[in-house]
Amino acid sequence: MPQMNMVQAINDALRFEMRRDDRVIVLGEDVGKVGGVFRVTQGLFDEFGDDRVIDTPLSEGGIIGTAIGMALYGLVPVPEIQFADFIFPAYDQIVSELAKYRYRSGGEYPCKLVIRTPVGGGIRGGHYHSQSPEAQFIHVAGLKVVCPSNPADAKGLLLASIRDPDPVLFFEPKRIYRAAKGEVPEGDHVVPLSKAAIVRPGEHVTIVTYGAMLYEALDASNHAASQGIDCEVIDLRTLWPLDIDTVIASVKKTGRVVVVHEAPKSCGLGGEIVALINEKAFLHLEAPPARVTGWDTPFPYTLENEYLPLSHRILPAIVETARY
Amino acid sequence: MSTATLAAARPGTTPIEAVAPDPAPPTHAPAAARHPDEIYAPDVVRVLREDGTLDPATDPGLSLDEVLALYRGMVRVRMLDKRLETLQRQGRIGFHIGSLGEEATILGSAAALRSSDWIFPCYREFGAALWRGMSLQRYLDNMFGNANDLAKGRQMPDHYGSRAAKFGSVSSPIGTQITQAVGFAWAAKLRKDDVVALSYFGEGATSSNEFHNGLNFAGVFKIPVVLLCRNNGWAISVPSERQTASPGFAAKGVAYGVPGVRCDGNDLFAVVKATRDAVERAARGEGATLVECMTYRLSGHSTSDDPKAYRPDAGLEPWRRKDPLARLRHHLDVRRVWSDAEQKALEAEVEAELRGVVAEAEKTPPPSLDSMFDDVFAELPWHLAEQRAELRKGPRAKAHGH
Ligand SMILES: Cc1ncc(C[n+]2csc(CCOP(=O)(O)OP(=O)(O)O)c2C)c(N)n1
Repeated sequence: MPQMNMVQAINDALRFEMRRDDRVIVLGEDVGKVGGVFRVTQGLFDEFGDDRVIDTPLSEGGIIGTAIGMALYGLVPVPEIQFADFIFPAYDQIVSELAKYRYRSGGEYPCKLVIRTPVGGGIRGGHYHSQSPEAQFIHVAGLKVVCPSNPADAKGLLLASIRDPDPVLFFEPKRIYRAAKGEVPEGDHVVPLSKAAIVRPGEHVTIVTYGAMLYEALDASNHAASQGIDCEVIDLRTLWPLDIDTVIASVKKTGRVVVVHEAPKSCGLGGEIVALINEKAFLHLEAPPARVTGWDTPFPYTLENEYLPLSHRILPAIVETARY
Repeated sequence: MSTATLAAARPGTTPIEAVAPDPAPPTHAPAAARHPDEIYAPDVVRVLREDGTLDPATDPGLSLDEVLALYRGMVRVRMLDKRLETLQRQGRIGFHIGSLGEEATILGSAAALRSSDWIFPCYREFGAALWRGMSLQRYLDNMFGNANDLAKGRQMPDHYGSRAAKFGSVSSPIGTQITQAVGFAWAAKLRKDDVVALSYFGEGATSSNEFHNGLNFAGVFKIPVVLLCRNNGWAISVPSERQTASPGFAAKGVAYGVPGVRCDGNDLFAVVKATRDAVERAARGEGATLVECMTYRLSGHSTSDDPKAYRPDAGLEPWRRKDPLARLRHHLDVRRVWSDAEQKALEAEVEAELRGVVAEAEKTPPPSLDSMFDDVFAELPWHLAEQRAELRKGPRAKAHGH
């Protein structure tokens, strides 16, 4: 199996699906000739031409609105939003339209497309190149939300997303675009949506996380192991609808849970996960579920590493939860 | 999936450009970036002629002192751009978005404002902020994100603001400042104050929602605002032809009832003329003007961008010949008001100034931990007080270099 980084694996998935299905098209800012500011669509313009890999005017509302129209016509658009921070001019189209098309038309007009967008901190991007807005889309009924943590999953989840009948927001953790490397199956490779992965099996504390913070959680787990604490680390992969069975089975086994995400704490996905655990596994809990997250401030520039829930902040939460 | 295959990645903080591109040579015809000869279209305001003299029909009548001050300002901006690029390459700052080739557009428009007027900037106009009196030290403090940065190290480089300079707060999202400038000027009009607002934006931003909202409101309510489009040919890798099918960007005002004017954006005098006319119109109560400055981005989009991946260097030649600084210098030479000795002295002066402010900014410490929680709200609510306490008592992250 070839070794790839996340950028290459996502590129591979797009190329594979565009060859297989000529309804799939890519559109966005700088996605064409230059292959995207992170080079995720590199080479697609040369192979598929400017009818299928389209540099658009600078308007996210225009990109998503026209992608919805294309989808209604029967194409399968995979628009790119250059940074998740810039998705908000399209929020109306995504929330009021895309998410509700199937429901509001009684199933008459299902509308599916996959919005790819880089997400999260770690590149010294300040407020507007670092945010993690996943909860703002999960809260909207009708959208699936995916966030891969490694190249093989990135490919498999993207192919699953493109073939899924519902609209998907595909968040790509840019901190690990090039740093996360691994073997990626050639050709068709689907990782089903709504299935989490147990990345590190363990007995004492469950850690639920996703995206770039997975590596921080694993690092903290290794440190915890040297203190005799055996963590089970779950990578959600699909954030919504999430794999509730895997999470609950793990918590029932360990009785202790730490949720980690870099998005702000309040009304973040972690809050929902903790509520679900309380509803479904309350009597199995040995300690209050903990959240280690970004703070409830805008994403800062210089103090980025004090904002992010990196390993050094996860470890004390693991220890406290384990010793409770 | 095994932990082994995931052993990958706990990157330290990686600067934007390290995450981005493997530069790839263009494998296809380059985008047909606008040709500079378009400035010879009859509607385009021009003043500075090829022979270095000024066209009396359009000359805005700047005094020699004003011209020299602007020339000095443009040299300073260019040297600063160069220094910041070097600092970025050396890893001493994280990012810079420069104005190489756009100095006349930026300084000329700023100079056309009155002291009562305000600027709602994009991210490429530090030259205007400095012209309006923001201190170079504060600008460098922002570039280093240190404790003295007016934005308290919270924003990335080139994202600052200065109330004293009547220069708004820079944000990254494209176009948002346009409607804000309209609203600001609208408020001044409602209060019967003699204030004009000017908003800067690139031609890419004319595709954004806010450009259309801004023009429409400005037209309907006759707002004393100048909407100044820096048409520099590119929105990152996307050429200006991809932003509009209309012949030029100034034409976009027509349907909104807002007059549009195009000027040679590499001609300092033309920019002053077009902007000053627009400011005067606004101040007379005649409403908004859309000013398109036809210029060219000679550098990459920012230090994170490698323009060779989408535009061959050779294509820049016609634009290099229109370098706004060289053209202004030619004018000064023709008037015999500037010498090589003066140029040398100016460069030495700016160089010494830069050395001082960079050293100062670099040795200023980062903002305090606590400062991260300030200004989210006017007063600290309970949940942020709790989070601040948690951060204080927890372990520290690895030191974060500038
Ligand atoms: C809403 C939004 N979408 C995308 C971006 C990413 N982006 C930053 S600059 C830029 C191009 C802007 O081009 P233009 O408006 O012409 O200004 P210029 O940079 O050329 O001065 C893009 C797409 C952004 N900052 N905001």
